[in-house]
This record gives sequence, C-alpha cells and structure tokens, in this order.
Amino acid sequence: MGKTIRLKKGFDINLAGKAAAKFGGTDQPDTFVIKPTDFHGVYLPKMVVKEGDNVKAGSPLFHDKRNDKIMFTAPVSGEVVEIKRGEKRKLLEVKILADKAVDHVQFTKYSDSEIAGLNRDVIQEQMLASGVWVNLIQRPFGIIADPSETPKSIFISGFDSHPLAPDYSLIFKDQEKYFQAGIQILKKFTTGKIHLNVHSDLPSVYTKVQGAEVNTFSGPHPSGCVGVQIHHIDPIGKSDLVWTINPFGVILIGKLFLNGIYDSSRVIAVAGSEIKDPQYYKTYTGASVKKFLANNLKQENVRVISGNVLTGYRIDKEGHVGFFDHVVSVIPEGDYYEFMGWIAPSAKKLSVSRAFGLLSFFNYKKEFVLDSNLHGEPRAFVQTGVFERVTPMDILPGFLIKAIIAEDYDEMEELGIFEVIEEDLALCEFVDVSKHNVQEILREGIDLMLNS
Amino acid sequence: MKFLRNTLDKVKHDFEKGGKWEKFYYVYEAFDTFAFAPNTTTNPRGAQIRDGNDMKRLMMTVIISMIPALLFGIYNVGHQHFLAIGEQADWIQKSLIGLQQVLPVIVVSYATGLGVEFIFATLRRHPVNEGFLVTGLLIPLVMPPDIPLWQVAVATIFSVVIGKEVFGGTGMNIVNVALTARAFLYFAYPVNMAGDVWTFIPEGAKTVAGYSGATPLALAANSATSGQNVVTAMEKFGEGWAEGIYSVQNLFIGFMPGSVGETSTLMCLIGAIILIATGVGSWKIIVSVFAGAYGMGLLLNLLGGNAFVLMPAHYHLMIGGLAFGAVWMATDPVTASQTETGKWVYGFLIGILTVLIRVFNPAYPEGIMLAILFMNVFAPLIDYFVIGANKKRRLKRATV
Repeated sequence: MGKTIRLKKGFDINLAGKAAAKFGGTDQPDTFVIKPTDFHGVYLPKMVVKEGDNVKAGSPLFHDKRNDKIMFTAPVSGEVVEIKRGEKRKLLEVKILADKAVDHVQFTKYSDSEIAGLNRDVIQEQMLASGVWVNLIQRPFGIIADPSETPKSIFISGFDSHPLAPDYSLIFKDQEKYFQAGIQILKKFTTGKIHLNVHSDLPSVYTKVQGAEVNTFSGPHPSGCVGVQIHHIDPIGKSDLVWTINPFGVILIGKLFLNGIYDSSRVIAVAGSEIKDPQYYKTYTGASVKKFLANNLKQENVRVISGNVLTGYRIDKEGHVGFFDHVVSVIPEGDYYEFMGWIAPSAKKLSVSRAFGLLSFFNYKKEFVLDSNLHGEPRAFVQTGVFERVTPMDILPGFLIKAIIAEDYDEMEELGIFEVIEEDLALCEFVDVSKHNVQEILREGIDLMLNS
Repeated sequence: MKFLRNTLDKVKHDFEKGGKWEKFYYVYEAFDTFAFAPNTTTNPRGAQIRDGNDMKRLMMTVIISMIPALLFGIYNVGHQHFLAIGEQADWIQKSLIGLQQVLPVIVVSYATGLGVEFIFATLRRHPVNEGFLVTGLLIPLVMPPDIPLWQVAVATIFSVVIGKEVFGGTGMNIVNVALTARAFLYFAYPVNMAGDVWTFIPEGAKTVAGYSGATPLALAANSATSGQNVVTAMEKFGEGWAEGIYSVQNLFIGFMPGSVGETSTLMCLIGAIILIATGVGSWKIIVSVFAGAYGMGLLLNLLGGNAFVLMPAHYHLMIGGLAFGAVWMATDPVTASQTETGKWVYGFLIGILTVLIRVFNPAYPEGIMLAILFMNVFAPLIDYFVIGANKKRRLKRATV
C-alpha cells in the first residue's frame, strides 16, 4: 500500500478557458520540431542529419556530444527542412516537414511475457536508440538520466495540478496496456520502488497498475509537481539519485517494446481565455500550433505558451509545442499601462494577498482571465513568509534563492537545491511581490552546482 | 488619462540611455510608475502570469492601516493642548490645533526623506524605494507634537542615509528606519524628546492649575523610587484638571499625552487588525510582542520588588509606545526575523526586553524603541538558528 499525503500549502490558479472534453478535427500540422532547449544537462547537441535528409519516426536527429548514446529522434517521418541555430551557433530547433502517413523505424517487438525476461542492457540499448530514453529525468538537477546510473527509486506524477492542466484520464485514455508494460520495463532500472502518485480529487492515470506503489496526494498545486512528491515520499539525500518520468514517457516505453516503434502520437489541449473553442487535438510530439490557432483566437494581441502558464514558455503563433508539454495556453498579452494600477481596487487581478484593493480572495473558485503583465516593478526582497505559504516542502525558498544569487555553493546545497527544479518553485515566482525571476535564478543555481 | 500617458511617453526618451536627462531616469521612472502601472510583461520563460500584488500596494496597505492612529493622534494633540491650558474647545478647534502641529511634521518628513531618496536613486542608479512611503508617515507618528521641524528634517535625513541607503536601500537595511530617526533625536536632542514635551503648549501660554505633563510611563518610573502604588498614582493623576486621564479605560482609548500616534492602544489594535486581515503584517510578531510583554509583566509581579515592578502586567500593554511599536515597527519585514519560527522568538524577546528596560533602566523610560532596535540587530542571528535547524533536518535524512 502506498502512502496518503495531505498537503495544505500551495495555491490553485483557476483560469478561464479550460479545454472541453472533445477533439478538434483539424488536419495534422505540416511541421514538427525538436528543441534541444527543452532538455537540461545536454552538453552540446551534435547533428546526425542535415537539411534535406529524409527521416522516419524514431530515426536520430542529433545526440549529445558528451554521450553519443543518448539519441534525440524524429517524432514523425518526413524531410528535415530546417536546422535553426541561434547566437554562437547554439542549436535551437530541428524542423521536420511531415509525410502524410507516419513511417516508423522498426525496433524489436516483445510480448508481455518476453518483457519480463529482458535484462537492463537490452532494454537500455533500445530505449537509447529510439529516443525514448530522454523522457527519463534525473533528480537532483532535472537533467536527462545518465544510463550508467542506478536510481534509488523512480517517480511518476500521475496528475497535473497546474492551471489549465489537461485531463489525464482523457489524454491517456485506453493506453493501460502500454502504461503497464512501461512500468514493467522501468522496474529493471531500480532496486527500489516505482512510485506512481495520484490525487484524491484530480483526474489521475491508472491506479490499478501493477508493480508500482500508488501514493495518494491531496491539496492544491504544486501537489502535482514530482519534486514535491519525492520530498514527501522518499526525499533525496546528499548522494541519492532519483529518476522521474511523466505518464506519457511511460506509455512511450510501453509502445516501444510492445509495438516495436517510437510512436510519439499524443493528445494536447489548446486552452486559455483567448481561445474560441478550447479543446483537445490528437497530434504528435513537437507539433506546430499554427493550425490549432487558425480562426480560433478571440483577438490578436495574445501570448501563446507551450505548456502551462507557470512553467511554460512563449512561442510564436506559428511556433511548436515543447517536448514535455501537453497543453498550449493562450492568454492576453499584458503590454498595457494601467492608470494608478498600483492602488486601484480590482477583483480581476488574481493575488494570494489580501492587500488593499486586491479583491480576488473573496472568490478564488471563480475562473480568472489573467494576462502576462508583470503587475509591478522588480524590487529587492522585502516581504517574507509568502514563499513558504506556497511551498509544501520543508525548504526555505527565500533563503535558497538568496544563496543562489550570492553563489554560495555550500549554502545552496544545505538549503536543499538538490530537491527542487523550476516547476517546484514556480508558484514562488508567481506570488513574489518583488517580481524576481525565481525559476531562472534557480536554474542558474542548479547549473552552478552541476558545473562545480 | 490619455494625455498624461502621452506626455510621459513623449519625454520618456530623454530619460532613457543616451537621452539628455539620462541621469534622472529613476526620477522619471518613479513618477511614471506612480501614475501608471507599467506595461512590462513577464519573461518569455518562467511564470507567464504574475500575482496582482506589488511593492507599492503592499506599502500603501501599511499606510492605510496607520490612518486611524494618525487621525486620532491629530485630534488628541489638540485635545491635550486645550486640557493643559484649561480651555474648552469643540472637536473642530482641537483638530485644527492638531493639524497645525502635525501636518508640518508630515510634510517635512516626506519632503526631506523623498528628497534624499531621489538623490540616492539618481546617484546610486537604483529605483526609488516605496519603503519610504511608510517610513515617512511613521516618523511623524513617533514624534512629540511640539518637535522643532528642523530636528525632524535632520533626523529623517540621518535615518534614510545612515539607516538605509548606506546599506543599499529598502530591503538591505539592518535596523528600522523610522526608529533610527527617533533614536537619533532621542540621543542627540534629549531636551526635545524627554520630560514635559508630550503636550503642545505654546510659548508663553499659561497652564491650568495643578497641571503636569508627566506621561504614564514617567509616573510609573517615579513610583519605583517613591514607592507609591502605580495604579493609585495613575488614578489620582489629573485631579482638578483632567479627571481620570490615566484610568485603565482611557489608557486603552488614548486621550493622553504622548507621541502623536502612539497614545491610543485602540487605534493601534485597529491598525493591527487591518495588517493581519490583509496579511501584510505578521500576526505572529504582533501577538508575540504583546505576549512577551504581558508574560514578563506577570513574572515581575510574581517576583516582586519596587512599585513599578508590581504594576499590573496589562498596564504595560497600554502605556508608552508598546502597542504602536508592536504593530508597525516590529513587523517591518526587512528588519524583523524572516523565518516563521524566528518571528515568534523575535516578537517575544521584544516584548520581554521592553518591559525589562522600562522597569530596570530608569534612564530610558521608553523601552520599546530600544528593544526593537536591539532585536533588529539580533534578528539575523535568530534566523541563523532557525535555518540551521532546517539544514540539520535535511542532513539527518541523508544518513538514514
């Protein structure tokens, strides 16, 4: 039996424009993109293909220069049409013009019973070659798992508590078989447990799965962040390694071994207050959002976000969904001035605070339309105690952030930088009155620790 | 509003890099952001939406919480004035006298303080800190009603420069800025900050027969040597010209001499309720200061000693500036303890120290000012231990 953990701290952001439980019938997008920037811990991506090459779903696009076994592969078949580089030739995107029908690279197929008899080496080889491996993320640091390590346990967050989160029971519908097989495979990597964490009220993935410890969480966001879950179930000590993977990654593994293909087909939600018809779409990893947004925007001055509004990133209206994202959020761009905006009372602005004029606390259950305005100016740290209110961990985020700014390695380690990545402290960034970029600072700290 | 926005936009480039008034960018920024919440949007990566709260709103909430104490203080200055000279007056006359005394102090405090802020913002190239909006009103509230204005100016400049800017501005300072101003005056110009200065009596005016300007704290301190029961002394005080001025009830409501904003425990409590309800002030600190002072008072009662030691513990909460200090000075988030556990310890020690200084140190009857400044300095030490405990818990986990 798994544990039951009640979290009290945190904050649920209820946004308008949740995806309705139906599927849009648009044609498949023309282009799909893999972005090395979606991954941490990649030393230097080295291209395997060049523009004009034809690829199949599952054939390598690039690998990490430091570890040429970790392959990043094409999600669909087609032609590599663009390799986009930024400053200092940093690889930003590899774009594929998709074929009408997806053609897969064939990997070895196994039956359920055969899977049970496989050893780690065989499994690992196939996962690395097919590009499924990069779904495994190592804690601390939130980087791609090192194939030569053995984690003490593996964590799967079976629900999403972020704003506008896709309904897990819908986007992973009818995939039990693959999920179960994925769990069987993952068991080969650790001597410890596989923890599958579900929520008492939120839609979660298959709780009847075998071979995993099912833990039940309750409470507001960030209860769905896997870092928070690890902290409460099997915290990371100084020399511990834990791997995490999202349910989609588990299903990918299952499909790879049961069907012998890298099948990146996934369901994404296109949601947010500025979407006319928020709903789900069946597509593949890295899809262009262009067709999903066509004639679907209420107005033009919007911010399109790959991922959720707390941890996602801005993309163009013709941009592509990130590797790990199952939602595209579209909110109004907040580039407006507001007369006396720092004191005018408002029930439209969402705030955890009840400071003068902030009336949202009367009804947090209401659906809010929030924009990307910063609502204030960056300042030195003044207010105390708020970060703690939204961080359901025995961690002092304020002091951790200060230690990072001071680049004090010992202090960072002692204050628990190994236990968190950006998403775990995203709410701190939301609530910060002094408007610090908490997630960016945290990643700088993690990079410092990584390189030390 | 469009006109104002257009005007600001028109001059903006002059203040930006390369503009002719580039140096004064932060002065421009202060006015611009005061008129309009800026159009800045969130970074392309990271949280795409932000909480509606900002520093200006936070500080304004504190100012709003002080308004009841300020209004009461203004009226009370007039009230005490007419009591002392033995004239009848209606509330309008009292308020006018109060305004005449208090308004200039507020103006001087804000003008000099913001002046220093703008100069430093320009020289040091940092944004103008909203923190002074609160400090600028706190300073008048802890001044005697008849304070010379030049002293207010000197104290404000001293506290903003030495108390805050040398450390890097709001958020970096170690001791409370407003209390620094008061402590500066207290030690630099003791004649204007101690004795019979707590009632406004114009030069040459005759006081009523039997008048004494002694505050409850002074009475209590006297009783330590005279041996007279403090409660009796307070109840007898004012006979013939202000009956019952130091009765328990009036000590709580606050129609008595003292600093402009500190006399009314009731108004301080209203402020406390605003701060706690809005979540802007730490209830832990407010509660623990009162608890510490009350507990220490009780303990002294038990131990016994002179008449001051035997003063009922609840008197400590109502006389002097304890309530004011607990609500607005101790809760300053920058100088207080920053950990939640630390806040309890910090507040509790302020309460204890206040009573100890009052009772055992006849040189400084007002203990709260020194107690808070003292604990400001020690707050990082408290945090050090609280953080240490957090680290230890983490280390312990690693070995099991």
